[in-house]
Amino acid sequence: MNPFTYARPDSVDKALGELRTNPTAKFIGGGTNLIDLMKENIEHPTRLVDVNRLPLGGISELPDGRLRLGATVTNAETAYNELVKTRYPLLSQTILAGASPQLRNMATNGGNLFQRTRCYYFYDTSMPCNKRQPGSGCAAIGGYNRIHAILGTTSGNADATSPTACIATYPSDMAVALAALEAVVQVTGPNGERSINFADFHRLPGNEPQRDNTLEANEIVKSIDLPAKGFTENHTYLKLRDRSSYAFALVSVAVGLEMAGNTITDARIALGGVAHKPWRKPEAEQLLVGKAATPENFQLAADNLLAGAIGYGHNTFKIDLAKRAIVRALGEATN
Amino acid sequence: MTYIGQPVKRVDGYDKVTGKAKYAAEFNVPGLTYGYVVSGTIAKGKITRIDSSRALAVPGVIQVFTHENRPHTAWFDINYKDLDAPPGSPFRPLHDAQIKYSGQPVALVVAETFEVARYAASLVVVEYNEEAHETSLEANLDEARDPKSGMADLLKPKPPKPRGHADKALAAAPVSVQTHHVHGPQHHNPMEMFGTTVVYDGEQKKGKPHFTIYDKTQGAPSSQLYVKQIFGFSSDQVRVISPYVGGGFGSGLRPQYQLFLAVMAAKELKRSVRVTLTRQQMFTFGHRPETVQDVALGASADGTITALKHRAVGATSQFEDYTEVVVNWSGMLYDVPDTTLEYQITPLDLYSPLDMRAPGGVTGDHAIETAMDALAYELKMDPVELRLKNYSEKDWTVGDKPYSSKELRECFRQGAERFGWENRNPEPRATKRGNVLVGWGMATGIWDANTLPARAEAVLTVNGKLRVSSATADIGTGTYTIMTQIAADTLGMPIDDVIFKLGDTDMPLAPFQGGSFTAATIGSAVKQVCTDLGKKLFKLAQKSKGSPFYDADYDEVRFADGHMRLKKDPSVTMPLIDMVALNGGRSVSETSTSIVNPLKTSNYSRHTHSAAFVEVEVDEDLGTVTVTRAVSAIAAGRILNPRTARSQIIGGMVWGISSALQEDSKMDHRYGRFMNHNLAEYHVPVNADIHDLDVIFVEEHDEIVNPLGVKGLGEIGLVAMPAAIANAVWHATGKRIYDLPITLDRVLY
Ligand SMILES: Cc1cc2nc3c(=O)[nH]c(=O)nc-3n(C[C@H](O)[C@H](O)[C@H](O)COP(=O)(O)OP(=O)(O)OC[C@H]3O[C@@H](n4cnc5c(N)ncnc54)[C@H](O)[C@@H]3O)c2cc1C
Ligand code: SF4
Repeated sequence: MNPFTYARPDSVDKALGELRTNPTAKFIGGGTNLIDLMKENIEHPTRLVDVNRLPLGGISELPDGRLRLGATVTNAETAYNELVKTRYPLLSQTILAGASPQLRNMATNGGNLFQRTRCYYFYDTSMPCNKRQPGSGCAAIGGYNRIHAILGTTSGNADATSPTACIATYPSDMAVALAALEAVVQVTGPNGERSINFADFHRLPGNEPQRDNTLEANEIVKSIDLPAKGFTENHTYLKLRDRSSYAFALVSVAVGLEMAGNTITDARIALGGVAHKPWRKPEAEQLLVGKAATPENFQLAADNLLAGAIGYGHNTFKIDLAKRAIVRALGEATN
Repeated sequence: MTYIGQPVKRVDGYDKVTGKAKYAAEFNVPGLTYGYVVSGTIAKGKITRIDSSRALAVPGVIQVFTHENRPHTAWFDINYKDLDAPPGSPFRPLHDAQIKYSGQPVALVVAETFEVARYAASLVVVEYNEEAHETSLEANLDEARDPKSGMADLLKPKPPKPRGHADKALAAAPVSVQTHHVHGPQHHNPMEMFGTTVVYDGEQKKGKPHFTIYDKTQGAPSSQLYVKQIFGFSSDQVRVISPYVGGGFGSGLRPQYQLFLAVMAAKELKRSVRVTLTRQQMFTFGHRPETVQDVALGASADGTITALKHRAVGATSQFEDYTEVVVNWSGMLYDVPDTTLEYQITPLDLYSPLDMRAPGGVTGDHAIETAMDALAYELKMDPVELRLKNYSEKDWTVGDKPYSSKELRECFRQGAERFGWENRNPEPRATKRGNVLVGWGMATGIWDANTLPARAEAVLTVNGKLRVSSATADIGTGTYTIMTQIAADTLGMPIDDVIFKLGDTDMPLAPFQGGSFTAATIGSAVKQVCTDLGKKLFKLAQKSKGSPFYDADYDEVRFADGHMRLKKDPSVTMPLIDMVALNGGRSVSETSTSIVNPLKTSNYSRHTHSAAFVEVEVDEDLGTVTVTRAVSAIAAGRILNPRTARSQIIGGMVWGISSALQEDSKMDHRYGRFMNHNLAEYHVPVNADIHDLDVIFVEEHDEIVNPLGVKGLGEIGLVAMPAAIANAVWHATGKRIYDLPITLDRVLY
C-alpha cells in the first residue's frame, strides 16, 4: 500500500475538482473493496476523495414513479428501506444475498457498481493479468478458473498469452437485480450530467479488459434510478455458491416476471457470476412472453440464454449449472 | 473431587472477550520497529538480483534484509531442527539465492512503522532464474517412495508389515469393494495470523544481549530452543512468552519463519522488532498435504471382512520427509487376518506439510470408512452392523495388544439411538423432503490417547493462594480452565483461589500443545505437582509444635475447603494458609515431573473412539449439500469439563463439515502457487452452514492411560465426520463421491 492523502469534500464540484487536479486521486465510498485492493498493491491512488459527505444520500420517490437510490446510501440501508422492500423486493433480496452484514453496513451503492473482479490472478501481482497490467496475458486461461466467465468472452479470448484476453466475472449481486430492473445510473462529470442505462454501464472485456465499465475519467455516480416496474409479485434471486453465505456467486439468477394467470406477460432474467457484466439476453426472455409457466418453457429459455457459452476447464460445469439455476429460479418466481 | 467433571466456565473467558488477553503481535514497547516480509513469486530457481535501493530510500526504513546481507547464523542443519522437525534439512529463511517453493520469504523490510515497512516492501525488486518445478502429486505418483525414519516415528509409527495375503483373500472374497480417494491440500488458517514481537532488553549479563520474545506458537520451549540453536544464544538470553494463541490447529507446532526473521533483525539492529504475516502469507508454510488413497475390502457373505488393503501416498517437500499416520487406523479398527497397509510420500516443490487437526487420521478414516459404507451396501447389511461384526478387541498393528479402554460399542448404541438410526431405509434415494433428497450416513472415528512427560510447578503463595504453572500452551482448547480445576481439586482449594499460568519458558518444561495429549499430559503433571506440594505441606504441618497431625501418615489426611483434615476425624484440621506461617512466612513451592508408567501403558493400545451420525439434504438439481444435523458419540475417557469438552467436539465437527464440503487450497501447477490464498476464496463454514450438532460423551473408565483417566478431545470430534457426510450424500443421491471436498459440481457431474 502506497502513502496517500485524504480529502472529504462537501460538494460534487469540489469532489470533481479533486480528481481533475490529481489524475491519481480516487473516490472512496465504504472502502470495502478499494482498501483491500490498495493493500494488495493492485490500486495505487495517491489521494482518496471520500464521497460520503457529498449530497448524494437518501432514497426518494421521483414524480414519475421512479425511485432514486443515492450513491452514498449503504447497501444495508437500501436493502432494509421500506420503499425498496415493498416496491423492489427483488433488489432487497439480492443485496442481502451478498457479502456479510458488516460489509453491507459499509458498502455504498456507488461503490458496489465499481467493485472489481475476484479473479485470483488479478489479486496476485506476481501473475500475468491483462486487467491489472494490460498486455501481460491472462493467467486464468489454462489456470484455475472455477469462478470465471462462460459468456461474453469469445472474441480473441481463448488464448492465455493474448494481450487482451480476459475471462473475469463482475462479482456484484446487487447489480444483477439492477440489470433485471433496468435501472439507470445518473452520473456527472466534466461534460455535465448524463444517464447510463444499466445494460450499458458495465462492459465486456473486448480489447480493453482493464476497463470494467463505461464511466468516463473524472465522472462520479450520483444515483441509481429504478423504473416504476418492480415485479413485486413474481420475482426471485437464486444464488449458488460454495457455502451458504459470505461467498461470491458461482452462478446467480435474478428473475422478474409479470403474469396473467399462468401466462407470462413480461420476463426479465439476469445472470451473475457468468460474465464481465450482469448477463441478459432479450431473445431468451421473449421466448417466455405469452407462454405458460411450465418447466419445458423455462428450459427453452435457459438453453437459449446459455447458447454459445464457453467453458475454460474448471468452470465448464457452470454452463449446465446456470441452466439448472434459471429453470429453478423461474419455477420459484412463478410459484 | 468437586470441580473435575463440572461445566466450569472458562477462567480466561472474561479476558478474551474484553480484549485484555494479549496475543503475540499485541505486546507494545517503546521504540518498536516493524518488519514486513517480501514473498517470492516462483516455485523453483535462483534469485539473480535483489534491488532494495528504492525501499531503503523511503524515510523511516531502517534496513532491508536479504540472503545477500543477512547476518551470520548457525551453519549446520541440526541447528535449524525444531522439536517437531521431520527427517531432512529444515527450511532456512534468507539462507541463499535458492528458491524452494512459491511464497518463500526473500526479504524482510524493517521500518519505524508498519505502514512504511509494507510500502517499502512493495518497492523491493527481485529477479529470478526460473527452473522447472513439480507440484502435482497426481502427476508424480510414480515418484512415491518410503519415508526416511527419524524421531517423528515415535509419535507417528510407520505402517505394520503386511500380514497374510491380502490380494489372494480379496480375489477369493465373495463380496468386495475397491475405492480411490483424493483430497487436496488444506491450510490451517487460524484467526490469528503468525506474528512475533521481539523485545530487545539491551545487554545484560556479561554484556550479552537479552530478548523477550512474544511468539505465536503451540510450544514456547520449542521456539526458544530453535532461536538458541540458530543464533547461538544461551538460555538466559532468550525468554519466550505466549500466553494466548488465537487458534493453532497444528500450524504452531513448528516455529514459523517470522520468528527467525524477527529475532535476526532484532539481534542485528539492537532494536525491538515485530513481524506479522499477512493472510496471504498464511498460505506460504505448512499445510495438510494432498493425499491419494486406495482401499480394497473383501468379505464373506455374513459380513466378516477377510481382506483389507489400504494404500496412501502423501505429498511432502523436497527438503523434509513429512509423514502422517494414514493407513494404520484401518488395521486398528478392523482386525482382518489378510491385511496390507502401505504409506509412501512424494517430494514436490512445496513447503513441508505440517500437522493439521487430526493429521492423517481424518485422511485415512475418510477412505476406510467410506469403503466400509460401500461394503455394507454390497452385503445388504446395516453399516453399524457391519462395524459391530468386525469390531476389533485388540490392536494387531502394535503386536496384538488389548485396548486400554474402548467403549466404541456404546458410541454406536447411544449415537444411533439419539439420531434415530433404526428408522433408516437402507436404500439410497429413498427419502425426500420437499424437493431435496435426504440421506443418513455414519462412520467410526479413532485417534491417539498419548500422555507425554511434563513438568509443572505449584506454589502456595503467602496469601494462601495456589499458583500452578507449566510451559504448555492453550490454543483455545480450555487448558487454563481444566488445569485450574485439577489443581483446585487435588489440594481442595476453592477454584477462585487457584491460578494456572502457561506459555513462558521461565516455567517448567512441557511439550507443545498438540496431538490431543495436553489434557492428559499437563493434567497429569498438575495433579502430580499438587500432590507433591500437598505432601510437603503435610510435613510442614506435622513438624509444627503441638501438631494435631503429629501421629498421622500422609494417606490419613485429605485436602478440602482450603484445609488439611484428618480423614477419620474431620474436626482435626489446619487451614493451608497457616502452612505459610509454618514455613517462616514464605511461600511453599514444589516442582515435579510426571511420567506415565511405561510398564503399565506399553502393554496396551491407547485410543479414543467415536461414532458420527449425519443427516444431509441434497438439492439434486443444484448439487448443494447441507448437513442438517449430526450426532457425535465420543469415548475419550474421563471428561474433565463437559462445557469446554463439548466446545472441542463441536469445533471438530464443524471442521469435519469444512473438510468434507469446502476446504481446498487450489494450486495452479503451471506456477506452483496456491491461488485462492485469502479467506474470501478459501472457504470454511459460516454460521449459515452449521445446523443441529449434538455431542454425547460415553462413559469410559481407563485406569491405564494416566492416573486421571483422561484421553484428550482435540481431534476425535473431527475424524469420523467427512466419511459420515460422504456416506450420507451417497444415501441421499445414490452417488459415491470419494474425493474431497464434495462441492456442488462433484455432486452434479
Ligand atoms: C470478503 C468480501 C465478500 C464480499 N462478498 C460479496 C458478495 O457476496 N456479493 C457482492 O455483491 N459483493 C460482495 N462483496 C463486495 C462488496 O459488495 C463491495 O466491496 C462493496 O459493494 C463496495 O462498496 P464500497 O462503497 O465499499 O466501495 P469502495 O471500496 O469505497 O469503492 C469501490 C470503487 O468504487 C469507486 N466509487 C465509489 N463510489 C463512487 C461514486 N459515487 N462514483 C464513482 N466511483 C465511486 C471507488 O473509487 C472505488 O474504485 C464482498 C466484499 C468482501 C471484502
Ligand atoms: S481473467 Fe481477466 S482478471 Fe483474471 S487473469 Fe485473466 S485478464 Fe486478469
